[in-house]
Amino acid sequence: MKYIDEYRNKDLIMKLADQIGKSVRRDYTFMEVCGGHTAAIHRFGIPSLLPGNVKLVSGPGCPVCVTGTDFIDKAIAYSKMDEVIICTFGDLLRVPGSTSSLEKERAAGADIRIVLSGLEALEIARIDSDKKVIFLGIGFETTAPGTAVTIKLAEKNYIKNFFLLSAHKVMPPAMEAIIKEGVNLDGFICPGHVATITGSKAFNFIPEKYNLSSVITGFEPADILQSILMLIQQVNRNTHIVEIQYNRAVNVNGNTVAQRHLSEVFEPCDAQWRGFGVISSSGLRLRRVFERFNIENNIPVQISFQEDNELCICGEILRGLKTPDDCTLFADICIPENPSGACMVSNEGSCNTYYRYRLTK
Amino acid sequence: MCLSIPARIVTINGTMAEVSAGGAIFKAGLHMIEDAKVGDYILLHAGFAIQKISEKEAAETIKLFEEMNNSMNE
Ligand code: SF4
Repeated sequence: MKYIDEYRNKDLIMKLADQIGKSVRRDYTFMEVCGGHTAAIHRFGIPSLLPGNVKLVSGPGCPVCVTGTDFIDKAIAYSKMDEVIICTFGDLLRVPGSTSSLEKERAAGADIRIVLSGLEALEIARIDSDKKVIFLGIGFETTAPGTAVTIKLAEKNYIKNFFLLSAHKVMPPAMEAIIKEGVNLDGFICPGHVATITGSKAFNFIPEKYNLSSVITGFEPADILQSILMLIQQVNRNTHIVEIQYNRAVNVNGNTVAQRHLSEVFEPCDAQWRGFGVISSSGLRLRRVFERFNIENNIPVQISFQEDNELCICGEILRGLKTPDDCTLFADICIPENPSGACMVSNEGSCNTYYRYRLTK
Repeated sequence: MCLSIPARIVTINGTMAEVSAGGAIFKAGLHMIEDAKVGDYILLHAGFAIQKISEKEAAETIKLFEEMNNSMNE
């Protein structure tokens, strides 16, 4: 693919690493919030290219990981109902609910189907018109506009058996929650794909309110190293701004068409994040005009609250306070094939990434 | 799931396109991008093209890399 080889060029990567080595003057801690970055950082062995005083910590940017156990429990409750088809992105299947997982329910006979997009779920609803098709909407600003488009198409085409269970979220309030918590950070490797939609302006509050550096970053090794260099330079100069490294896909204002779809269909609401609890205005719920697509309005479910596995420290990992090595279950009891917590499930989860790239090397 | 991959538009049929990435063909909704043309590079995310990739910016970043390369070789 065009423009991938260039950003993976070994010479260039070594030179960027060298430049970083020459630029460091103190200790630096940067947080990558996007799970895609966490995965790329370990896949390309970025930490091994950095001087010891540049530390990267992972944040809450894996949508599967931050989805609360209550959401999984609700999805499971719906999957047990007659004449219901659950459509989900594959990553959610193995996330442990309080007593079961979608994967286990599927093995027990529930009609749970993996889709690659909301559009596929809508197509299933069109074909199986006598069933209720429930799409599990998870993901940040990158994914939610697709769900918005899907809802608008359901409306336009009078598809009455299509429903949404939404755990869609927006990223900036979670970043603000982390800053407020006092995690020791010098700056953020900002989520490149969220920013394609929101534009870089969504992150301006980080330098303006909190004096922290921010660079919106692409996903190839040269992108990540260049961004780390830009962050170090910002810190050295004691200037704090939002810079766009990933300018082949991100601009200041973002994708305004996608933003329009999003705000036509969704409005902000408080949302539950694994590890954080409720963060105000960090979720997306259907606007009143689209409320008939909200499955929770159509068929309310009751789930009984259960504590997550008390040994799992996913929550602290997502808040940048701990790393998977700190977990007593890591790689021993908790493995990708049989995860005890959400961070071990998705390819973008910190525990999963650590497991795959750090331990099995 | 949150990954977005660069892909090239191969065919367009109304609001849907077929895009190619890493030798595979995927479907992509074009509802969020304007003036999509066959041959354009887009970011594919969960079944939708979420943004066009600017070839100009990509080329400029690479040029910057190269300049950096050269200046460091000096
Ligand atoms: S290793 Fe497993 S149990 Fe431990 S924090 Fe990660 S997901 Fe939770």
